[in-house]
Amino acid sequence: MLYPGRKAKSSVLCRNASFAAMAAASSFALAGPADAAGTPAGTSISNVATATYDLPGGGQDEIVSNTVVMKVDELLDVSVAWGDPADVATSAGRTGQVLKFSVTNGGNGPEAFTLGTIANGGGDDFDPGVTSIVLDSNNNGAYDAGVDTAYVAGSNDPLLQPDQSITVFVLASIPGTAADGNRGRVDLTAVAATGSGAPGTSFAGKGEGGVDAIAGATGADGEDDGYYKVARASVSFVKSASVAGPFGGSSSAPGAIVTYTLAATVTGSGSLANLRVSDPVPAGTTYVAGTITLDGAALTDAADADAGRFTGSAIAVALGNAPAGASYTVTFKVKID
Amino acid sequence: MKILLALLALLAPAAAFAAGDVSLSSKVLVEHVKPGPDGKPVTVREAPTVVTPGEKLVFVLSYKNQGAAPATGFTLTNPIPDSVAFAGTEDKDAVVSVDGGKSWGALAALKVVQADGTSRPATATDVTHIRWSFAKPIAAGTGGELSFRATVE
Repeated sequence: MLYPGRKAKSSVLCRNASFAAMAAASSFALAGPADAAGTPAGTSISNVATATYDLPGGGQDEIVSNTVVMKVDELLDVSVAWGDPADVATSAGRTGQVLKFSVTNGGNGPEAFTLGTIANGGGDDFDPGVTSIVLDSNNNGAYDAGVDTAYVAGSNDPLLQPDQSITVFVLASIPGTAADGNRGRVDLTAVAATGSGAPGTSFAGKGEGGVDAIAGATGADGEDDGYYKVARASVSFVKSASVAGPFGGSSSAPGAIVTYTLAATVTGSGSLANLRVSDPVPAGTTYVAGTITLDGAALTDAADADAGRFTGSAIAVALGNAPAGASYTVTFKVKID
Repeated sequence: MKILLALLALLAPAAAFAAGDVSLSSKVLVEHVKPGPDGKPVTVREAPTVVTPGEKLVFVLSYKNQGAAPATGFTLTNPIPDSVAFAGTEDKDAVVSVDGGKSWGALAALKVVQADGTSRPATATDVTHIRWSFAKPIAAGTGGELSFRATVE
């Protein structure tokens, strides 16, 4: 596997070997070029050929060509990718809402990147109010308030090795006017500190070790869009009553039993936290103990583990986290005094 | 431009390397696709000003018999430089090696032994050396060029 004089090729061939083996062969660990970014900037490529031919008087002459040496220039490339699996659910008026991005150095030299955001780029329903860009300084892929470092342009521009990525969070406020289903877009931009421009733009002598730096296919300027989506749920109630008279029929005479039905329907999107239905027992009636039901199932009157209770003047049913599209039917009975 | 000057500086003393009657020099060009006179894209070879990963290089080897007698048994060997991947040659008589120059043949006939002991057909990126062996003598006063392609890794 190890060919004399072919260090780089050898390292390519043994790239699948275990990391332990790579570490043991320290020269390979140093020589191993990054996978995607290619040969590191500043690397020398030299070529020399040799030839032999027969001498007229017997024997051979060996001739060596001149050596051509080139240094690999620095390619400036960066990509930004929005990392949330779907629109980040939020609601109107909230602050500190987090979008997650990754920024990757696609070039072949170490490079610092200047980060920025665009929140008014259009193509959405509202403009999020970006409050900060935060670097995932503990590198766990999740935003940790008070732990991860706020980004300050020109002060802590992330320095990335070839192929290295960093997770970056954008924190923004959602306008109070955002309606259910509205989307708001924020673009995170990353620009190579050395320079950016149309692919092929050259920055003489600005590359690693004094080679030229060249804007690659990305123009050394990457961006991606992340989205917030406002989920605003609302609930509507319909209350109805049916009367069973004391002697049959439906006359509301004293002693008649009235069954109240409360139908709650959650509309919109998202969910309502801790939705609770309560209804006072009407004056001139008496609650019939043990008659609360939720979706047909009986609930107890005591304030216990089940969702229903009778407070002495009203019935109450805790529906918990109620998602949009859900509907609930609560019934209870009173007796006309 | 800096690299171009560096190349010129390296090319200049090429003659000084010539020993005996046959001279040998090497140079490198890059291939770019550009719009031709009729608007169709054409591939042009030019001196490298910028060398970045993915760049297509052409290594050109020039030989000349400056003596009065034919040169026989001429064999030219070029190890593929580090950090480039061999990408073929248009000179059909070339043979290649994928094991550091121990064995030679047409690329299609060569195999690479893998870490687990099995072998697989060799590919262009496995090539470590290229070699030309001339069956015919180089006539006095004549010469030529040989070339191979490689891509910056």
